Amino acid sequence: MLHKLSFRHGVHPPELKELTEHVRIRRMPYPDEVVLPLRQHTGKPARVMVGAGDRVERGDKVAAADGFISAPVHASAAGIVEEVGIWPHPDGSYSTAVRIKVDPYSAQAARPRLVPQWEGLTAAEIRQAVQDAGVVGLGGAAFPTHVKLAPPKDKKIETLIINGCECEPYLTTDHRTMVEYPERVQLGIRIMMRCLSVDRTMIGIEKNKPDAIETLQATLPSDLDVTVHPLTVKYPQGAEKMLIEALTGREVPSGKLPLDAGVVVQNVASVGTIAEVFETGLPLVERIVTVTGHGIRNPSNLIVPVGTKLRDLLDMCGGMTDDAFEIVFGGPMMGAAQANLDVPILKGTTGVVVLTESQCRRVQSYSCIKCGHCLDACPVFLNPQLLGSLAKAERWEEMEANHLMDCMLCGCCSYTCPSNIPLSQLFQLAKAALRKRKAA
Amino acid sequence: MTTRSLLITASPHLGARDTTPTIMWSVVASLVPVVGAAIYYFGPSAVLVIGAACAGAMMTELVFGPKGALKDGSAAITGILLGLVLPPGLPMWMAFLGGVFSIGIGKLIFGGLGQNIFNPALLGRAFLQAAFPVALTTWPALGGDWWSLRGDNLALPLMSPATPDALTGATPLGLMKFEQVATADSNLIMGSIGGSLGETSGIIILLCGLYLALRNHLNWRIPASILLTVALFSGGLHLLDPVRYPSAIFMLFSGGLMIGAVYMATDMVTSPVTNRGCWIFGFGIGFLVVVIRLWGGLPEGVMYAILLMNAMVPFINRATQPRVFGTRLKEVGS
Repeated sequence: MLHKLSFRHGVHPPELKELTEHVRIRRMPYPDEVVLPLRQHTGKPARVMVGAGDRVERGDKVAAADGFISAPVHASAAGIVEEVGIWPHPDGSYSTAVRIKVDPYSAQAARPRLVPQWEGLTAAEIRQAVQDAGVVGLGGAAFPTHVKLAPPKDKKIETLIINGCECEPYLTTDHRTMVEYPERVQLGIRIMMRCLSVDRTMIGIEKNKPDAIETLQATLPSDLDVTVHPLTVKYPQGAEKMLIEALTGREVPSGKLPLDAGVVVQNVASVGTIAEVFETGLPLVERIVTVTGHGIRNPSNLIVPVGTKLRDLLDMCGGMTDDAFEIVFGGPMMGAAQANLDVPILKGTTGVVVLTESQCRRVQSYSCIKCGHCLDACPVFLNPQLLGSLAKAERWEEMEANHLMDCMLCGCCSYTCPSNIPLSQLFQLAKAALRKRKAA
Repeated sequence: MTTRSLLITASPHLGARDTTPTIMWSVVASLVPVVGAAIYYFGPSAVLVIGAACAGAMMTELVFGPKGALKDGSAAITGILLGLVLPPGLPMWMAFLGGVFSIGIGKLIFGGLGQNIFNPALLGRAFLQAAFPVALTTWPALGGDWWSLRGDNLALPLMSPATPDALTGATPLGLMKFEQVATADSNLIMGSIGGSLGETSGIIILLCGLYLALRNHLNWRIPASILLTVALFSGGLHLLDPVRYPSAIFMLFSGGLMIGAVYMATDMVTSPVTNRGCWIFGFGIGFLVVVIRLWGGLPEGVMYAILLMNAMVPFINRATQPRVFGTRLKEVGS
């Protein structure tokens, strides 16, 4: 290959994946209680269908999709519904959740069900099956997958891109999925290609996962145009727009979707889940979570029932070390810090990272010294220095004129800022303020 | 489980290792060899002048600056750099006053670190140049006892310093401009020439700059573009008329060009934030330096060239904004 497959700018945080990258995925035993928030995906929250005292089996629907951009929620363990009420949510707020007391004597077998034969289904039927199974993007954003499978008729999709970058430090969920379940990933790709009727699929994997590249290369189908592309290790290589540029050389137009560049991007773990739905007929009730960080005693890759509480998950991994200082859902670059050990694992939770005191960002911030490091880091070529000073003066409209809306909150600017100015936090604030002002 | 405190911050939860104080103090550390060279060439006078400038800068920061601002190291840099661009024989009280002006008027009045438009050290020197033109252009002759003072460093404030004529010399630029005498290239490069404290050893300054560039504590594009512009512009003129115009080597290693290009122009606060802007900024400085030196009334022009381009930085920043990803796309055939 003549040019390196990558994008310009970005940062190189420490990878820190050595804790779990070669640890086999284990299955976690069922906890005593699971909590299923109705808001687990981008879009409208699901509509609850059960009440306190109802008996549910594993895989039963407890909340239905409310509209097109929404996904149902299924019971991840058999038991009795204790309560439908308010519960802490990993985003820091509270949300309505179905709390299920897990039956310790249940075999956790799902009810008899029909496994759809995808070869005989039309594209619309495949989409429906995916939505009914509650599949959402497992890479973090949790966008309902069936929406991505339904591009508008006037948009021609040429390429399906499978995102196996996993550019966040520490996380190894996608890595282990590719190494341990390559056939499942390939089947998922086959189903998606059929559903989208695309001829070409490109799998992008960062070069720091040679074993994943090897296993996927070895299992490539001979009858389809699927190729594996090793990518430069750089954050945020796994951001949709960056990945599309690296693989196809095309820029997604500002304010548009990957569809407008003729591309659909899907995360490796989501693809695997689609295959699982058509293999077992079971909806999305469990996912692979990396529990890692230098603040956890036994870093592991676990198959975790959705709704498992953080407390149970940490106990499963030997608990926290004495110098544990911050717990993050997702990766350390974009993840959310947790204040409450009762928050549940969601469908979109890629990992739990426990950081130690010495790793955490220093608290003091200094004045901007206009070093320009943030401009060199921003993968979408914004001027975070200017945007940051505008944000401090609450000049939201001027920020919008300076392309604030192209910011994807990847955090490269904050990461690199020597003065420790919380740039991406300011931008998140500005975006929220602008949204509120528009709605008013 | 015992209660434990957990940190809640916004993402990202990891950060790069460099902080503003580490950048500032590493610049101070990189100045140690330059100060060492000044002491080697000018003896105790170097210590007195640089010390007085530092004391002026740091005391002003301590008294008028925000609490704890001294610890970020920026006042120390300003003080040392100011000292390095002053003549070795300058009375200490003038150097001290220059330091006070640099921090007080050059930085704090704009709102402190990061807010100033002009390089504080150069602004301090410009102030001294305007206030004490004779003292600022009196250069000691080289040689003599290392322990002797190179001028009346200990003069009392507002007393005219005693400057015995026998002790004064001239800088290579002054010699070239007013007496049409050239200086040997080897002397220029090694630094055994008359001039300000830090104007002597170009090689040491370049090496220190290289260290900072490798640690990404200065934008290498600025010195590269300044030196390239000066070399090409003056080299071209030298080819046209070798008698009238000095060689590129002379232009590069004489006067304050090295310390200006490596330490003054690269001040992060007063240089452009975009990389393309840095090239333009450096080109402007290099061009102005050559114009002032060859056709202006002054022998040296680095200070005014940098201050003038400092004033242009907001315009350069605005004109060199990079193209935002996904905007202004050309219609590409697939």
